[in-house]
Amino acid sequence: MNGFLHPRPFRRNMEKPMKTELLAAGLVTIAFPALAERPVLTVLTYDSFTSEWGPGPAIEQAFEAECACDLRLVPAGDGAALLARVQLEGAASDADVVLGLDTSLTAAAAATGLFAPHGLTPATDLPVPFADPLFLPYDWGWFAFVHDRAKLPAPPDSFDALAASDLKIVIQDPRSSTPGLGLLMWVKAAHGDRAQEIWQAMADNIVTVTPGWSEAYGLFLEGEADMVLSYTTSPAYHLIAEGDDTKAAALFDEGHYMQIEVAGKLAATDQPDLADRFLAFMLTEGFQAAIPQTNWMYPAVTPAGGLPEGFDRFRPAKSLLLPADEAQSTRDAALAEWLAALAK
Amino acid sequence: MTAAGRWTVTLLPAGLALGLLLLVLAPLATVAVRGSGMGLGPADWAAIRFTVLQAVLSALLSTVLAVPVARALARRRFPGRGLMITLMGAPFLLPAVVAALGLLAVFGGAGMLNMGLQSVGLPPVSIYGLHGVLLAHVFLNLPLATRMILQGWLSIPAERIRLAQSLGFGPAQTFRHLEVPMLREVLPGVALVILVICLTSFAVVLILGGGPRATTIELAIYQAVRFDFDLARAAGLAGVQVLICALATGLAFLVAAPAGFGTGLDRQAALEAPRGWRRGLDAAVLVLATLFLVASLVAVALRGLPGLTDLPSAVLPAAGRSIAVALVSALVTTATALTLALSAARRPAPLVEAAATLPLATSGLVLGTGLFLIVRPFVSPMQVALPVTVLVNVALTVPFLYRILLPEARALAADYGRLADSLGLHGWPRLRWLILPRLARPLGFGAGIAAALSMGDLGVITLFAGERQATLPLVVQQLTGAYRIEAAASASLILVVLSFALFWAFDAGGRRAAP
Repeated sequence: MNGFLHPRPFRRNMEKPMKTELLAAGLVTIAFPALAERPVLTVLTYDSFTSEWGPGPAIEQAFEAECACDLRLVPAGDGAALLARVQLEGAASDADVVLGLDTSLTAAAAATGLFAPHGLTPATDLPVPFADPLFLPYDWGWFAFVHDRAKLPAPPDSFDALAASDLKIVIQDPRSSTPGLGLLMWVKAAHGDRAQEIWQAMADNIVTVTPGWSEAYGLFLEGEADMVLSYTTSPAYHLIAEGDDTKAAALFDEGHYMQIEVAGKLAATDQPDLADRFLAFMLTEGFQAAIPQTNWMYPAVTPAGGLPEGFDRFRPAKSLLLPADEAQSTRDAALAEWLAALAK
Repeated sequence: MTAAGRWTVTLLPAGLALGLLLLVLAPLATVAVRGSGMGLGPADWAAIRFTVLQAVLSALLSTVLAVPVARALARRRFPGRGLMITLMGAPFLLPAVVAALGLLAVFGGAGMLNMGLQSVGLPPVSIYGLHGVLLAHVFLNLPLATRMILQGWLSIPAERIRLAQSLGFGPAQTFRHLEVPMLREVLPGVALVILVICLTSFAVVLILGGGPRATTIELAIYQAVRFDFDLARAAGLAGVQVLICALATGLAFLVAAPAGFGTGLDRQAALEAPRGWRRGLDAAVLVLATLFLVASLVAVALRGLPGLTDLPSAVLPAAGRSIAVALVSALVTTATALTLALSAARRPAPLVEAAATLPLATSGLVLGTGLFLIVRPFVSPMQVALPVTVLVNVALTVPFLYRILLPEARALAADYGRLADSLGLHGWPRLRWLILPRLARPLGFGAGIAAALSMGDLGVITLFAGERQATLPLVVQQLTGAYRIEAAASASLILVVLSFALFWAFDAGGRRAAP
């Protein structure tokens, strides 16, 4: 990926005097002395990570300050599109690191054989033990139903209570969105064989099912539903960015399913050492401190300054998480139950 | 005929048609070849059934409802008529999610309609379900249908109208002898375009459909590509979409019949506007249609206004990129569609017909994925993000322009073709003195649609865009994905206003240039 000094553009004018080529090459080297030496690390990630309001800019600056390299964050659609992109590119990928898969996708990602072990055993502040030879966590969150405290002062405290109420909820489609898939796993992990029964009982509470998180959250903010499937940290966004104290996450007795976002090194990378350095950097202050107020998730390692206001407001007593392979193997059956319960 | 003449008349259209077909089918084939997996399951067949059902109903409803609106616009003259015709372009140009939110502000659980019902003690109505999907598709497509049918009304020569008047035709006879033949020629094409648009509609159907009952083929494709990485299934589903589209095209081809009015002398003559109850009826139709379309547009504008003062810096450059893409796309699309329509107007051309319809039915995701696989061995996808976006926009908008141009190109060939041939008017002079002036109105309208659609289309940019190539729709999507709902609403408003300005500029230009 040393695109800038690639000789190909100059080769086209072979007939021309050599002098021009040398002069041109010289000028480029003078103009971009740093680029000439700096190796490039390409990290494939989801769109919102690289946007100007995402964690990308701060992290790029922090890593480039210490790596003497050029960190390129390449957006590849949303979380679910990321794995498809990795598979499309296969071993010929230009990317060195993939950042942004979540725990419901890691088994499928491991099965592609495209990832290499990271060889690290870092200490993290996750509420559950998490060790994966291929993937390192960088942030995490609990799924939760978010509501407006002013309109709904006493939210339900379990799926059964929610199903028994006449509250209206918006959820995401597990076939196109990772939070939607997370809810599927949540019901399955909390209720096992009762999952289909729960879905049947909740069917009349579901106003609609949206293709992605943003549409569902937008509908909730427009007043189309009492609650929306999101994260326990969503109210913190409204508190910090908008000074709005009214949003809250309903805590469920059966516990809350977790989403852990991970990164992994591609086996075909041409920068293995730099990729290792980036993965190690990922769990240091320079990366982790940027996470809470840009990605609105819990950082995998709590920064020295602690967590921002509002992040400890809605902490479930119990965390739920199916092991990656189990999440993968139960998915099809859980999806079939979901379809059967709601497609009537 | 000279060699150059043969080139422009036969070889160029055939080449363009083949190019378009290749652009659509090669990515599909590439995805199919890369995939290995099972065929279509029972859930896929359910999705196919629902998709066809909603698309057929949406097309019928939009087309049927557009007839009285277009007729009232054609035979009445009132202040604000021109503005209303221009506004007719607006809903069609809305990005799907923005349109859905606008509709919800009117028809949703907390919308104006339900607030009104509540205040007089009536139970609320729910928008979610098949009826919500149809409502949204009528909202998006009724204006397009109205504009296309209105073109038909305007194309009835003044001489025929005068003749009808001197024969003392009443409204019923005018309808039978003038309007029905025109509708018979225009309506099948209109219904076909809308049907095919609704076949691939995805976000609107899911948001308003109320749950997995409303699963479309496009969603099944998403699932196949993104969660299962089952490319064979994705290609199979996309193939089914193309097949349905081909069947519908064939059907429309059989049903449509040329009106055969013959030529006129371009004198202005409006259909006689009947008095009495018909006047009241036309007024009611226009008021209802305007209310239906404008209420949601106003809601979109109101949502976007508060955030305008505090926009992220990414919005402006993205807007510039989008405008550039839209202008280039509009230029290429107009040239391509004009070539195809002129060729099909001379003689029936099934190849051209297919090439000008199939792109509409293509799944955006499969098209993007296929192009990605084709391009990648040769060049980094990021480097060609904007050219590929233009190419895909052209493929996806040519069908609209083709449908808009075809009826008038046919009339042009029938009325002036022999005269121009006998005068030896070929090549550039023919284009300059005959075709461009006579087709100025549909060309302007079509170029406007092409520019605005290219402006708002997410298309393949999500797969291809690099760090600094985001277009405005992509920025809107990124903003909504990061809680920035207010900024996203403002960026959407800018997107809509820019799209509409482009549309208006082309459309008004075309109308002004028309004889």
